[in-house]
Amino acid sequence: MTSNETGTHGAVLKDTPPAGDRPLVELRGAGKSYGNIRALHGVSLEVHPGKVTCVLGDNGAGKSTLIKIISGLHQHTEGEFLVDGEPVRFSTPREALDKGIATVYQDLAVVPLMPVWRNFFLGSEMTKGPWPLRRLDIERMKKTADEELRAMGIVLDDLEQPIGTLSGGQRQCVAIARAVYFGARVLILDEPTAALGVKQSGVVLKYIAAAREKGLGVIFITHNPHHAYMVGDHFSVLRLGTMELSASRSDVSLEELTNHMAGGAELASLKHELAQVRGVDVEELPEEGDLTAPVATSSEGKS
Amino acid sequence: MSMTQQAAPAVDTPPAPGQKQSDGRTRQRPLALRLLARPEVGVFLGAVAVLVFFLFAAPPVRDGSSMANILYQSSTIGIMALPVALLMIGGEFDLSAGVAVITSALTASMLSYQLTMNVWVGVIVALLVSLAIGAFNGWMLVKTGLPSFLVTLGTFLILQGVNLAVTKLVTGNVATDDISDMDGFTQAQKLFASTFEVGGVNVKITVVWWLVFAALATWVLLRTKYGNWIFAVGGNKDSARAVGVPVTFTKISLFMLVGFGAWFVGMHQLFSFNTVQSGEGVGQELIYIAAAVIGGCLLTGGYGSAIGPVFGAFMFGMVQQGIVYAGWNPDWFKAFLGVMLLGAVLINLWVQRTATRR
Repeated sequence: MTSNETGTHGAVLKDTPPAGDRPLVELRGAGKSYGNIRALHGVSLEVHPGKVTCVLGDNGAGKSTLIKIISGLHQHTEGEFLVDGEPVRFSTPREALDKGIATVYQDLAVVPLMPVWRNFFLGSEMTKGPWPLRRLDIERMKKTADEELRAMGIVLDDLEQPIGTLSGGQRQCVAIARAVYFGARVLILDEPTAALGVKQSGVVLKYIAAAREKGLGVIFITHNPHHAYMVGDHFSVLRLGTMELSASRSDVSLEELTNHMAGGAELASLKHELAQVRGVDVEELPEEGDLTAPVATSSEGKS
Repeated sequence: MSMTQQAAPAVDTPPAPGQKQSDGRTRQRPLALRLLARPEVGVFLGAVAVLVFFLFAAPPVRDGSSMANILYQSSTIGIMALPVALLMIGGEFDLSAGVAVITSALTASMLSYQLTMNVWVGVIVALLVSLAIGAFNGWMLVKTGLPSFLVTLGTFLILQGVNLAVTKLVTGNVATDDISDMDGFTQAQKLFASTFEVGGVNVKITVVWWLVFAALATWVLLRTKYGNWIFAVGGNKDSARAVGVPVTFTKISLFMLVGFGAWFVGMHQLFSFNTVQSGEGVGQELIYIAAAVIGGCLLTGGYGSAIGPVFGAFMFGMVQQGIVYAGWNPDWFKAFLGVMLLGAVLINLWVQRTATRR
């Protein structure tokens, strides 16, 4: 249970030293068009081992498209996508998995009616015996799943219960435990805290920190800047398919992050309009000048 | 900090066995409830009920040879219900399964007769044709993303028309010629349509095949990777794909498995009746689907068993023959089936709700 102890709140905020100069995954000016709709454009991103890279953005900002490219569900149409410094183009999620890139999707990629242990090993089942009689090694799978889940602090009475009967936080943790067990070097988490309560979110954030302590590169997609700031080492804000902000932890404060996330400059101009409506308190809203964080690309927010 | 540089997978020491803690939120449900949650238990009880009913209502059923006859009737439905059930667990269904049986039989019969070849040539070619039909269904489904209802409805109509038209074109008749005097016929008949004696009762070999296939399907479904994939593609196709399950392969191979079943039943019909009526098979596909649904398979996929459809098919065979033995008008058969189907679906629904409730 070492990882859980180091994953307490104090350790979460401590930066880990870089494990290597070369990023595990790198995007250089990557983009994706669906027909004549440009969902993503000019996005650059680096994922280092033992670091959490947070990708923030409102709905429709292109977060999902970004992770679909990295996880192999879609291919990028512009720019470069490098894994270990080599350009790649995945045609199936299997290829991404083979490179050690595991994704925990928003819908968790679990099959609700299947038992927990079958879900844990789905797609990478353990087998025994020679070919015509090759069969699932059920004992070993159940034992391993139980051990891995307990190591993550998830105690389940019955691994035979359908995973659909677990709570959202438990399911999330099973999905993370699965990715970590299968030798993920890069863990992509798609809005893991979106549907969770405060306490459950805390549990999930603890596992993100635990995964980082194990030396994994984590891409944490979220639209909650508070959650991001608790575990993040680097922050990228997407807006309308382009990169609005790319800053490391030392260069950005939670307040700035929140402002960028909330629409930044747009919100400042909205403030003037709102000021003319009676009953709307605009004192707390930021002025345009407050947004001092470095901006990665000169995004005009065109789509 | 030495832990931080370590690569995955996790090697945390698990808590020592013995201090097994429970999360304290789930009570162990009573055994009866847990049993009821199994997909095949409801249909098993149903099959027992139907059997007991006819044992009382139709005294001839108590005879061993009648029971063998009932099992034979069940097996011809049951052999097809198995792959149809697997396909259903995999999230699809196949409306062309009924006529595909006849297509297979026609292919084997006409090919060997017209070219005067050994019947085994026809049998092998029929197998290839059946597998090809299955592969076509699966391929169309995967490529177009259309629902299997539409794709296989198309195949159903095509095959129905082709069966009739080609048979008329080749033989000038609606039935194929008798192939019982051709090379290899007796040999093939032994495999597909022979009878053997057990304790003074003549049992058709299809009953044995039915049970062998059922055992095999159960093993594959619950104990192999492929079985795991079937549940996964039926339960949530996108999730399955995302974790690396070969969804396309699984779906296409399931349709080909239905093709294999159609071939086997087609060969049985050919070698037990020597000729094939080209217009038959229409409506059978719904019987297979009904047997699978009565057997506890979820029409929407992801849930079911291979044993359930065995009992489902047995219920069908039992009712079909039981009505005759009871001396009732056999026209009641379909009405009886409809009631059974609705009853089974309602029971399944109720059982799933009560037994899987948290």
